[in-house]
Amino acid sequence: MLRSMKCIRNLLLLFVLLGINACGSSDDASPSLTVLNRGINAEPESLDAHKAKSLQAADVLRDVGEGLVSFTASGELTAGAAKSWEVSDDLLTYTFHIRPDAKWSNGDKLTAEHFVFAVKRLVDPATAAFYAQFLEDVSELRAIDDHTLQIVLARPTPYLLSLLTHPATFPMHPGEIEKHGEAFARPGILVTNGAYRLTGWIPGSLLTLSRNDHYWNNRNTAIDEVRYHVLSQETTEYSRYRAGELDITSTVPTDNFAQVKKDLGDQLRVAPVLNIYYYGYNLTKPPFKDHPALRQALSMAIDRELLVEKVTGRGETPAYSWVPPGVDNYEPTLLSYAELTQEERNQLARTLYAEAGYGAENPLQLELRYNTGDTHRKIALAIQSMWRDVLGFEVVLINEEFQVLLANVRDREVTQVFRSSWTGDYNDAHTFLSILQSQNAANVPGYASDEYDALLKRAAEQIDLQRRRLYMEEAERVMLADHPAIPIYFYVSKHLVKPNVAGWGDNVLDYHYSQHLSIKAAE
Amino acid sequence: MLRYALLRVLGAIPTLLLVIVLAFLMVHAAPGGPFDDERVLPADVAANIEAAYHLDEALPAQFARYMSGLLRGDLGPSYRYRDHTVSELIGAGFPLSLQIGVLAVALALMLGITSGTAAALRQGTMLDRVVMSLAMTGISIPVFVVAPVLVLLLAVKLQWLPAGWSGATGAAKFVLPVITLALPQIAYIARLTRASMIDVLGQDFIRTARAQGLGTGALIRVHALKPAMLPVLSYLGPAIAAVLTGSVVVEEVFGIPGLGQFFVRGALNRDYTLVLGIVIFYATLIIALNLIVDLLYSVLDPRVRRR
Repeated sequence: MLRSMKCIRNLLLLFVLLGINACGSSDDASPSLTVLNRGINAEPESLDAHKAKSLQAADVLRDVGEGLVSFTASGELTAGAAKSWEVSDDLLTYTFHIRPDAKWSNGDKLTAEHFVFAVKRLVDPATAAFYAQFLEDVSELRAIDDHTLQIVLARPTPYLLSLLTHPATFPMHPGEIEKHGEAFARPGILVTNGAYRLTGWIPGSLLTLSRNDHYWNNRNTAIDEVRYHVLSQETTEYSRYRAGELDITSTVPTDNFAQVKKDLGDQLRVAPVLNIYYYGYNLTKPPFKDHPALRQALSMAIDRELLVEKVTGRGETPAYSWVPPGVDNYEPTLLSYAELTQEERNQLARTLYAEAGYGAENPLQLELRYNTGDTHRKIALAIQSMWRDVLGFEVVLINEEFQVLLANVRDREVTQVFRSSWTGDYNDAHTFLSILQSQNAANVPGYASDEYDALLKRAAEQIDLQRRRLYMEEAERVMLADHPAIPIYFYVSKHLVKPNVAGWGDNVLDYHYSQHLSIKAAE
Repeated sequence: MLRYALLRVLGAIPTLLLVIVLAFLMVHAAPGGPFDDERVLPADVAANIEAAYHLDEALPAQFARYMSGLLRGDLGPSYRYRDHTVSELIGAGFPLSLQIGVLAVALALMLGITSGTAAALRQGTMLDRVVMSLAMTGISIPVFVVAPVLVLLLAVKLQWLPAGWSGATGAAKFVLPVITLALPQIAYIARLTRASMIDVLGQDFIRTARAQGLGTGALIRVHALKPAMLPVLSYLGPAIAAVLTGSVVVEEVFGIPGLGQFFVRGALNRDYTLVLGIVIFYATLIIALNLIVDLLYSVLDPRVRRR
């Protein structure tokens, strides 16, 4: 017994020592630095721009790297690593002039060859890049000299400049990659050409970026150090903001949104983004295969205004098109019934439902699958009751873990209606319309329309932007009439931004470069 | 003795192997894969990525590859944290989980035993009732309620302590997670101590000691505490195990990059190698701990050795 008491005492001593040791490891930044604390709602899977996939990784990569073209805070295209460019009359050849003062974070000069190297690495199967086909319309990339890069396109791609702001197209430092191989995207090793460089990374917790003194526009960069705090729980992020530990949040909790709006209205930034929330139909199996009328009936019976007002309630807009409003040089086509009142829609929905052979005696047997999430569950419940009230059938709700849902959606065996979403990769209608082309991997409903494919193909051949736009709008009209999916609402970006953070701009891509921000001195 | 130890080590190998095989089959049986996303990849891009991570091979081949890596001490790259290896993530996460867990157990022991003993000595008084109601409350309120309330009160309203882990400096960031994790343990240990202390205090040898004129303090210290600690000691086993595996909720709420968080995220992301690595790490740890305990037994009790 005495032995065990001694044992406990020693254990306690050990605990205390461990505690002291734990307390000793602190890392304080020098007080003279301007530090910006940002929340990020998922760990970037990689800071190798070719291995990255998530929006969160792209957010960090846009701070450390820079493409030929960039965006202003409010989302207008602006010169990036290239100071200017010329476009040939046939829109097929772009000549970029790289800034002579553009440098890497190790001081090396940035040259055209580095862009060529990066694109070669991007498309190399051995790299296994998620965005390997991102530049599929580019047929040739040539370094004319150190500062001149020529991009030749296979077909006119009016959104090329927008593509070139994406981290997948950023230059890479060949020497450093050769030297460090797979392990080059590490703090202290990663060499980048943006306003910041990676100086610390605690997986699952914190990424620290420090000013890149070699950046060509360093003198206009105000923030010295950017800390991205990985906070996957909305409520945790919110408390940290309230506790004064964050300057910018990545989102705002749904549950107490009204309260946040009331308390922190002046710090709340809500803006439309290129992101659609939709329900897909499995078009390869009954009951929806070859039944556009039934698909339309279900779509019409959903009261989208009610959903965005009562269920999501963060300023989302009801979706009556596939392409969100706010896309450059495009006017989304609306669903045929967009102008009707909900009562009129319900009437018509009932007629279509009956014509499809369903009714009180023979109600539709249907399963709706959605992934785990509070909002997803609430929306599914609301739609379940709308379908019950308007059409009189009881949809079976099936909640699945995200990866399970993705696997089921991809297999198209058991799914009937399923929740999904799509975020635009660049500011062009093509990023939304292309995914419903019959051969596109992201075409999860399995929509296949020759007419739609042909219209998009015609659009891609146009040099005249106005004509291209008309073809695309026509394609959207054709597709919407087939009802391959139910557009439900368009997301909004939601951030809390401290009043002393200056330079913030709302934009449809929800990009917020740290280099555009500054912190006003306390008064 | 050496022979016994050797036999036990050899005996642990099949157990570990079984754990590995089962874990391997289970993670691969779960629907979906590590690179699935709403952003479905073009077929040849997906094929490239699968090939790069050997996910295109048959399961037995993947297992053989994994085992050969494991034998060389290589747990492989994480599929989700693509710039990090599994060993790195475990190496970073485990010390944190351990530190916080061990501090929480220490705190729980100190407060639990003290308050439990005090309650036992003043049985039936106001003090006893207050301590026991607090203990009951501590056991009943789940961590995911306690944690946000503590954060709201001490970090958001009073701003005494940091609300989260990342970027916070010094010892202050340990306070809230450790308290949160310790609270239910304090309560449990207090109840255990009280019950067993009351039991011990009613026994004959205590009466004898009292009769000899021993004061309460010395009585508790010298005679009562040791026998009263037996149930607490046996509770410590599972408590430490729970603490070692990391409290996922505490790590989640405070954003602590501990092993528990990696484990749950790994499972949700189908990060096969990360999940397997953590399972193997824990299995090895638990087997090793059991082995050490058994060896200690055999040192103390020769009968075990001879068996």
